[in-house]
Amino acid sequence: MKLPSRRLREFLIEKLIFLSGIASVVFVVLIFIFLLREGVSVLKTTSLGSFLGGHFWYPISTPAKLGILPLILGSLMVTAGAIAIAVPLGIAAAFYIAEVAPKRLRTVLKSCVEVLAAIPSVVLGFLGITVLVPFLKSVFNLPTGLTAFSGSIMLAFMALPTIITISEDAINAVPREYKEGALALGATHWQTLFRVVIHGALPGIIAAAMLGIGRVFGETMAVMMVTGNAAVIPQSLFEPVRTLTATIAAEMGEAAKGSAHYFALFAVGIVLFVISFAINLTADILLNRGKKK
Amino acid sequence: MNETTGLEHAAPVLEVRGLNLWYGDFQALIDVSASFRPRTITALIGSSGCGKSTLLRCLNRMNDLIDDVRIEGEILYNGKNIRRRDCSLTVLRKSVGMVFQRPNPFPLSVYENIAFGPRVHRMASGTNLDARVEESLRAVNLWDELKDRLRKSALSLSLEQKQRLCIARLVAVEAEVLLMDEPCSTLDPMATMKVEELMHRLKERYTIVIVTHNMQQAARVSEETGFMLLGELVEFGRTTDIFTRPADKRTEDYITGRFG
Repeated sequence: MKLPSRRLREFLIEKLIFLSGIASVVFVVLIFIFLLREGVSVLKTTSLGSFLGGHFWYPISTPAKLGILPLILGSLMVTAGAIAIAVPLGIAAAFYIAEVAPKRLRTVLKSCVEVLAAIPSVVLGFLGITVLVPFLKSVFNLPTGLTAFSGSIMLAFMALPTIITISEDAINAVPREYKEGALALGATHWQTLFRVVIHGALPGIIAAAMLGIGRVFGETMAVMMVTGNAAVIPQSLFEPVRTLTATIAAEMGEAAKGSAHYFALFAVGIVLFVISFAINLTADILLNRGKKK
Repeated sequence: MNETTGLEHAAPVLEVRGLNLWYGDFQALIDVSASFRPRTITALIGSSGCGKSTLLRCLNRMNDLIDDVRIEGEILYNGKNIRRRDCSLTVLRKSVGMVFQRPNPFPLSVYENIAFGPRVHRMASGTNLDARVEESLRAVNLWDELKDRLRKSALSLSLEQKQRLCIARLVAVEAEVLLMDEPCSTLDPMATMKVEELMHRLKERYTIVIVTHNMQQAARVSEETGFMLLGELVEFGRTTDIFTRPADKRTEDYITGRFG
């Protein structure tokens, strides 16, 4: 009597674990199918070329103009700005934490980085609106502080923890022997770090930067709060822009289900998905290549 | 090997006097005194944990990298105490180079591995640097094997080539002393033989101190030998004497294989 019931239990547990295991795969596939089904319908009202390359995003005018080029450029500009700030800062911080800081300070810094990662993006956005935006407005003498640059700064803060943590792991993973070899040749600490250790850590550092980019590119809330959300093709970092993510967040609630606008927003989602996927894939490939060596 | 080198009375290149070293509470070196003659191979033998590597790492102050190390005593390089504050570590380590147990070429090309030292010490650049790289590789018999692979990653070399490359790095910075920490322990017998032949050639120009587990190796390559046990330098003298007429009972027990 006992044996069959135990076998049944084993069977059930096994199946349950199996379901949990493949759940994420199923969800990804379902989400993608859903996105695709809704998004592709945008091609009924506009061609692929005028959707991706159109200069105007007037989704509720008649006829609706559904060109997302300003949104793509807005996202890219904000991301590029954030990366230009966060990557050098993050890598330098990682080197400091991994190789220079005394032990106690290292522990403190590491927990600070973790706290930084734990701040909700809406809170950062709130700080952005109340502190950063007026500050930039007065310093650069701009008509408005709600610019791509403000978004870049906010996002840089959000990408920093990712970049620091992963770069630091990569630097720590560099074999001790490289360092000893360089020091034993009479190289200074600095020369050892920037001529030898960095070569060992490079794939990991690049992956860290890529994951940081992915984080920045997909971020919505803080960006929406500080970038001004004007869907025009940006001429400089100091103008308002609108990103792909902010567009979906801001307009999805108001778009009538089944309208061209509604489908266009799903298509924006697909574009976002594809770009994010490409970024993460690149990071993965680089990370794995680093591990194999 | 056993011939008189004529250097018996030359001033020692390296000398330690009354050296004590602690890792935390553990005393790893106990009142060690020894001197290392110029252009001579000195072997340090003893069982694991006897302090021979620790002693070696004192000679170019690599122990500085370890936390919680305390050192007492004098370490003299060409008569100057290298433990003084005004002693430049980079200059010291350039002259007193080290070859490690596991070959540790940098993850760079063959050329860049050799060029690293001359570059950081600003000793050569451009065609001078090319010449120095060639000369250093020739000194370790690697030039003919690697001259067409200078741009290849050094990580793709064989273990033995890597170890010789690491020795070539020291040649490139015009080191005076080569400290070798079990340089052959990861190599097979054929590769070991090649490295030993190389050491024999290098001793014409360099002072070599080699730590080895392998008593036969010590007997083969060195003119002088120090036997260490539990942090003490039990006996130090000419290799022939140590291996044929050890003065201390413990040395005799070790070299006859009674323990170790």
